[in-house]
Amino acid sequence: MEDKIAAHVRDIPRSGIRDFFEIVQSMHDVISLGIGEPDFVTPWHIREAALFSLEKGRTGYTSNLGLPKLREAIAGYVSRQFHVDYHAPSEVLVSVGVSEAIDIALRALLNPGDEVLFHEPCYVSYGPSITLAHGKAVSIPVHGKDNFQLRADEMARRITPKTKALLLNFPTNPTGATMPREALEPIAALCVQHDLIVLSDEIYAELTYDGAEHVSIAALPGMRERTVFLHGLSKGWAMTGFRVGYACAPAPLIEAMMKIHQYAILCAPTMTQYAAIEALEHGDAAVAHMREKYGLRRNFIVSALNEMGIPCPTPRGAFYVFADIRATGLTSREFSLRLLEEQKVAVVPGTAFGADGEGFVRCSYATSLEQIKIALQRMAVFVAGLKC
Amino acid sequence: METLLRLLQQDSNASREDLARQLNLPVGELNNRIAALEKEGVIRGYQAIVDRERLDQNTVTAFIEVRITPERGGGFDRIAHRIAKFDQVVSCYLISGGYDLIVVVQGGSLREVASFVSEKLSTIESVISTATHFRLKTYKENGALFTSDVPEDRLPVSP
Repeated sequence: MEDKIAAHVRDIPRSGIRDFFEIVQSMHDVISLGIGEPDFVTPWHIREAALFSLEKGRTGYTSNLGLPKLREAIAGYVSRQFHVDYHAPSEVLVSVGVSEAIDIALRALLNPGDEVLFHEPCYVSYGPSITLAHGKAVSIPVHGKDNFQLRADEMARRITPKTKALLLNFPTNPTGATMPREALEPIAALCVQHDLIVLSDEIYAELTYDGAEHVSIAALPGMRERTVFLHGLSKGWAMTGFRVGYACAPAPLIEAMMKIHQYAILCAPTMTQYAAIEALEHGDAAVAHMREKYGLRRNFIVSALNEMGIPCPTPRGAFYVFADIRATGLTSREFSLRLLEEQKVAVVPGTAFGADGEGFVRCSYATSLEQIKIALQRMAVFVAGLKC
Repeated sequence: METLLRLLQQDSNASREDLARQLNLPVGELNNRIAALEKEGVIRGYQAIVDRERLDQNTVTAFIEVRITPERGGGFDRIAHRIAKFDQVVSCYLISGGYDLIVVVQGGSLREVASFVSEKLSTIESVISTATHFRLKTYKENGALFTSDVPEDRLPVSP
């Protein structure tokens, strides 16, 4: 059967994280700092809204683009929070998680061979999603010394006549990097200069700390008309299993994405869409509560890592720290495997997020403080053992 | 300060070192802040949240609505203090609405609470009437849910 698989699918390597997942799953009593989703259960009032929609018997399809009321809520939220205005009936599409929105945006935009830039280390799906849409994935490395922010000069060097789009993800999984306005501006200028589309995955936008304000690139002058703003409820509202995301973009692109969405997916699940309305209209306090918790755990984990000799600048977004383990002399994979075997703590090797993640491991603080505490105690024992 | 209070309200038993790490403060500074809050009377004490039903079936909690005649000059305060000082009274609040005080009383038996109400509470001169409601089951107390929520079923590693 192998020879029947399409070449561009066959050539995509197995996800490094999947590999690691299988090892962890075969072991007992592992404390995991390897989880990329909130440990909070979805706030009750949001779950309750989903239940209510079921009670009311709202179990049919919705319109392809999503419930009009939800699209209004999305446009309202994006305007209030990110200062970008979208016309709800024609410029908003509700998707099954941001992942689907990225996929259909790429498929709607790319002709075979078009190049898409993205910064690496990054979320595992970007490269493969570009490839699956018959595009050419061109990674731009980001570095710890720049706080893992994307640099315009690194980007400029990789622009060719075939470059069609730039995929951004700030705050970033796995580095926790954020991009302040002044860092985004030269990136936006390059996009205008070279007529590039920006796909901006802002799924962690609500999770920034130390007063770091999240700025959407869509809000910069001249960018709204060339940006696909991608967001969803998974992280900020702890709704990963609901699978609800959305894309906001100029109407012709939403229309094109809708063509793919309607045939592939039809619509996002109905009860999930009702829950999303509740989340966007009444979820601010719950989000703030979770953000405070993440912030406290982040302080804890950063201080403990630095203390054990693993340099770790304080990330300002998402719920990850990307810890620099180069001083241990181990590769990311060796470090992660040995930590797992010797102390039963799971972290994710940085290389799972691209070759540029070598020398780092991702520790998630979307886990209870009790678990984080034990994990870091075990990690300290492990690191101390390496130095003997 | 608000964050520190929230953390203490959730778990006053947390070690000072853990609290300091979360708040990004030196332990000494944290201790000073807590001492100041205690001194100012913002923090009134530290208590355990006890699930009595796991211990014995006999403890009785009653929520008593009390209507009183306010006094010239003193309003409700003098009578409320008088009621609050009884050891049986766990909490006592002045409230708006159809009655004046809500008094939470705990006792070792139904009889004990009943006799407190009839002998101590109702006999206070300014008390016009009482209505006693007995607790049947606790679902949540001081922010702690007494029923378990969804179990941990996340994937051990995810992107």
